Amino acid sequence: MIAILKKELSTQFGSLSAMIIAILFLVIMGLFLWVYPDSSLLENGYASLQSFFDLAPWAFLFLIPAITMRLFSEEKKNGTLEIILTKPVRDWDLILGKFGSVKVILIFTLIPTLFYYLTLIRLGLPQGNIDHGAVWGSYLGLLMLGLSFASIGIFSSSLSSNPIIAFLLSGALSFFFYSGFESISKLPFLSFMDSTLIDFGIRSHYEGISRGVLDTRDLMYFLSLIGLFLYFTKLNLESRKW
Amino acid sequence: MSIEVEDLVKYYGSHKALDSISFKAEPGKILGFLGPNGAGKSTTMKILSGFLPANSGKVLISGYNMVTDSLAARFKIGYLPENNPLYLDMYIPEFLEFTAEIFKIKKKREAVIRVLDMTGLGPMQGKKIGQLSKGYRQRVGLAQALISDPEVLILDEPTSGLDPNQLVDIRNLIRELGRTRTVILSTHIMQEVEILCEQVIIINAGKIVANDSVSNIVSRGQDRIAYRVEFDKPIREEDLLALPEVMEVSALPDIQNGTEGRGYQYALITKSDQRIRENVFDFAVRNQAILLGLKKVESDLSAIFQQLTRNPS
Repeated sequence: MIAILKKELSTQFGSLSAMIIAILFLVIMGLFLWVYPDSSLLENGYASLQSFFDLAPWAFLFLIPAITMRLFSEEKKNGTLEIILTKPVRDWDLILGKFGSVKVILIFTLIPTLFYYLTLIRLGLPQGNIDHGAVWGSYLGLLMLGLSFASIGIFSSSLSSNPIIAFLLSGALSFFFYSGFESISKLPFLSFMDSTLIDFGIRSHYEGISRGVLDTRDLMYFLSLIGLFLYFTKLNLESRKW
Repeated sequence: MSIEVEDLVKYYGSHKALDSISFKAEPGKILGFLGPNGAGKSTTMKILSGFLPANSGKVLISGYNMVTDSLAARFKIGYLPENNPLYLDMYIPEFLEFTAEIFKIKKKREAVIRVLDMTGLGPMQGKKIGQLSKGYRQRVGLAQALISDPEVLILDEPTSGLDPNQLVDIRNLIRELGRTRTVILSTHIMQEVEILCEQVIIINAGKIVANDSVSNIVSRGQDRIAYRVEFDKPIREEDLLALPEVMEVSALPDIQNGTEGRGYQYALITKSDQRIRENVFDFAVRNQAILLGLKKVESDLSAIFQQLTRNPS
């Protein structure tokens, strides 16, 4: 697993794609949070990172599929899956190694945004007047959300040998899981079960954690979602044997 | 026994790709897996390496069952897949270290240096795999298969697409490896089997049509050997037919016969190759003809191969 993780990281950073994605994320966030007046933290009036945590999921929606799209599809296309799967590697080692590499890139991308937090601590009046619990909760929520998108992306990548299709598929699936259930719940004939449907979506759980309340149900939701799609990936890898 | 295969059956959809294949391979003898394209060679290799499962039947690698004890079995093999897929954007030592890590090899660096030396990749170390020529990529493929010093080597068309010099190098390497290990290689080139292998399995349309030592198989086909002879002047076919052991004679189409520097060519089919060349030479002397050429037309094994694999159509 460690070997796979190292290899994926060296490929991602070697081809600069991880760098470009991280830089892109930070540029987008920087523009929205510090430059564009509509969403600027400086114009907000409160020392709160809320607009960062509202915006970041939308950026993840296309940046994370960009990281995950090639993970399996490229191996399928080049035939290297045959090399790796005939080595003494468990399917789970392969999947978790690849998943782990996305996790590292994700954390690597989020670390620089801690500067926003440090800045806001100093901008608070009096200095340091900021809801620390909410910020750390939101970071955890954002990481969980990113990892959910990653597992959806890895599954999509295992479905197709074409990275573009994998990208589009994982973007669409992630979007559906992020806000699709909420939209469906608004259909009039489904109003009797609207709160259940909302709970299927990522957003309600993300917002729950973001308030700084660590509810085990929210955490369980994320862990199940991640586990489910990684398990689908394993099933799909095994499907060559059916 | 290092490889034992019993009654493999493999379907692709409704197409029966393998039809109860059974064989054994042991260390020190290179086993050639010969067959026309689409005969089921690669399917067999993929099943042996654990990439695909068979619908029924059993594969034992050094005693480990490839299905129930897959991980242990995979630790024992080195596998070079058909078309040699590789991570093109990795550097050679980086890729080999990665494979060494997968095999949980303690002394990675030593293992990498060992296979780099074996495959002659040393001077190429600084390059990315994607920058290499086909011959060098094939060596990288072999190097990754060898990194764990495996007991069993499965090579799917290891020499396809190599130029003649590379061919000689890779064959020498495979021969060297076969001294102590169990090597099974698939190919559709007859000469390769004659040069490299002690045992040969000929497979056609998913079935084994011959499984024997190369020398036995060759002797099977020795009742029909084709020669091509060339004289400086026309010869009567009956005279050639009178030679001992000769069964058939036919003059080859005389498109170029008689032109400057070309002689008159005849095809001889003989029962054995006993003293054929001597007799033809004597014949030429007796008839005051000059013998311009004398050549065995096909390698022995290839004639058998064609005989066994020709589909009745």
